[in-house]
Amino acid sequence: MPQQEIEVILARHLAEHLAMPIFIVNPTGDLLYYNEPAEVVLGFHFDETGPMPAKEWATVFQPVDPSGQPLLPDDLPLVIATTHRYPAHKNFWIKGMDGALRQIEVTAFPLIGQADRFLGAIAIFWEVPA
Amino acid sequence: MKVTLWGTRGSLASPGPDTVRYGGNTSCVSVEGPEGTLLVLDAGTGIRVLGKSISSGLKSVHILLTHLHMDHLQGLPFFEPLRIPGVEVHIWGPASTTQNLEARLMRYLSPPLFPVRVRDLLSELHFHEVSANTMRIGEFCVTAQLIIHPNPTVGYRIWTSHAAIAYLPDHEPALGADDFPHSKEWTSGYALAQGVDVLIHDSQYTTDEYQTRRGFGHSSIIHTLLFAGLVGAKELVPFHHDPAHNDDVLDQLITQGIEAVQPSFPVTPGKEGLTINIG
Repeated sequence: MPQQEIEVILARHLAEHLAMPIFIVNPTGDLLYYNEPAEVVLGFHFDETGPMPAKEWATVFQPVDPSGQPLLPDDLPLVIATTHRYPAHKNFWIKGMDGALRQIEVTAFPLIGQADRFLGAIAIFWEVPA
Repeated sequence: MKVTLWGTRGSLASPGPDTVRYGGNTSCVSVEGPEGTLLVLDAGTGIRVLGKSISSGLKSVHILLTHLHMDHLQGLPFFEPLRIPGVEVHIWGPASTTQNLEARLMRYLSPPLFPVRVRDLLSELHFHEVSANTMRIGEFCVTAQLIIHPNPTVGYRIWTSHAAIAYLPDHEPALGADDFPHSKEWTSGYALAQGVDVLIHDSQYTTDEYQTRRGFGHSSIIHTLLFAGLVGAKELVPFHHDPAHNDDVLDQLITQGIEAVQPSFPVTPGKEGLTINIG
C-alpha cells in the first residue's frame, strides 16, 4: 500500500482525536479511514476491516428519508463531495449494523490539497437526539 | 554522489566555542553528482561558505528549498553564484495556496527585511514550484513531497541508478500519532525515505523537550531513530540541531538515543563539514 498524501494523514490524526464520527474517503469513494466514534455507527472496527471499497461500505447504512424511502446514492453528502467536489449537508435516517434506526446530520466536504490536488472527501456525522 | 553538510543547525544560527564540532550555521547541504551537477539543499547560513568554495567556472546550480522559514533561507543572498552574471541559478521550492515561489521569496529579499531585491541579483534566475512531483536535474532524479511541518514544506528524495538519499530537515511525523511509528501507509515522509542509503533527518529535540513543543514541526531523536528504522534507511544522519544544544549535549542526546532504540543501521551525527560519498 503506498503512503497516503500528507493532507490525508493529517486529517486522520485530527479524526483520531475528535469525538464525532468521521469518515475519510479517497477520490473514488473508497473508505480510507474511520475513527472510533464512527466504528460505533458502522459496527466495524477499523483495525479489523482496514480500508473498504466504496461499494462495500456505502451499502452498510441503508439511508432512508423521513418517510422511509431509500435515498439514492447521488443524494448522499459524501457522494456529492467526491463526485462534484462540493460541500454538502443532509438530514436523514440510517440503519447501522446494530439494526437501530438513527436520525443523523451529515456534513461532507472535498479535500483539496496544495496545487489543486483532489485527495478525496471527509464526512462528519452528528446523531440527532431522539 | 558526494554529500556535504555546510550547515546543520535548526531555527537560529548559533556560532561559538561550544558549537564548534557540530557547527553553528543553519541548514545547507550540497549534493554533487558524478557528471558535475550541483544541488544545494536549503539556503541557511551555511550556504555562504559553500558559495565561497565553488569554482569560478560554475555554469549552473540548483537550490532546492524545503520551505521558506528563515533558517532555511537567510543565507540565500550571500550565495556567491547569485552575484555572477550569466550563472544559471534554479531555485526550487513550494508555493503557498495564494502566492507563487518568487513572490514568497520576495517578501524576504526586499526592504525593510533586506536591502537587495531579487531583481538586483546578477545571475540568471529561474524559479520552479514543487509540491508532489518528480523532476530530472542533470544526472539526478529528484522527488519532492509535502511532509508534516508548519506552512507548506517538502522533503526531497534524490537518487541515481547507484544511490539514493532523503533530506527531511524539518519534519514531525509523530504529530498526532499516539502510537508512532504508525504503519508505513500512514507515516509522513515514508515514500521519500524508503530504503535510502542515507537519511538526513530532523532530530531537534530530546524526548522531554518534545513533550512541550508538539506541533512545532520537529522530531525528537527517538522519533527520528524510529522513523529511520520504519523506512529501512541504511544510514541515518541526525540533523537540524536545536540552537540551545551545545556539542556536549548533542553527543549525549545521540548516544542516549542509540542506546534506547538500538538501531540496526549506523548513525552518523550531522556535523558541519561532514562529507559522505555514496554509490
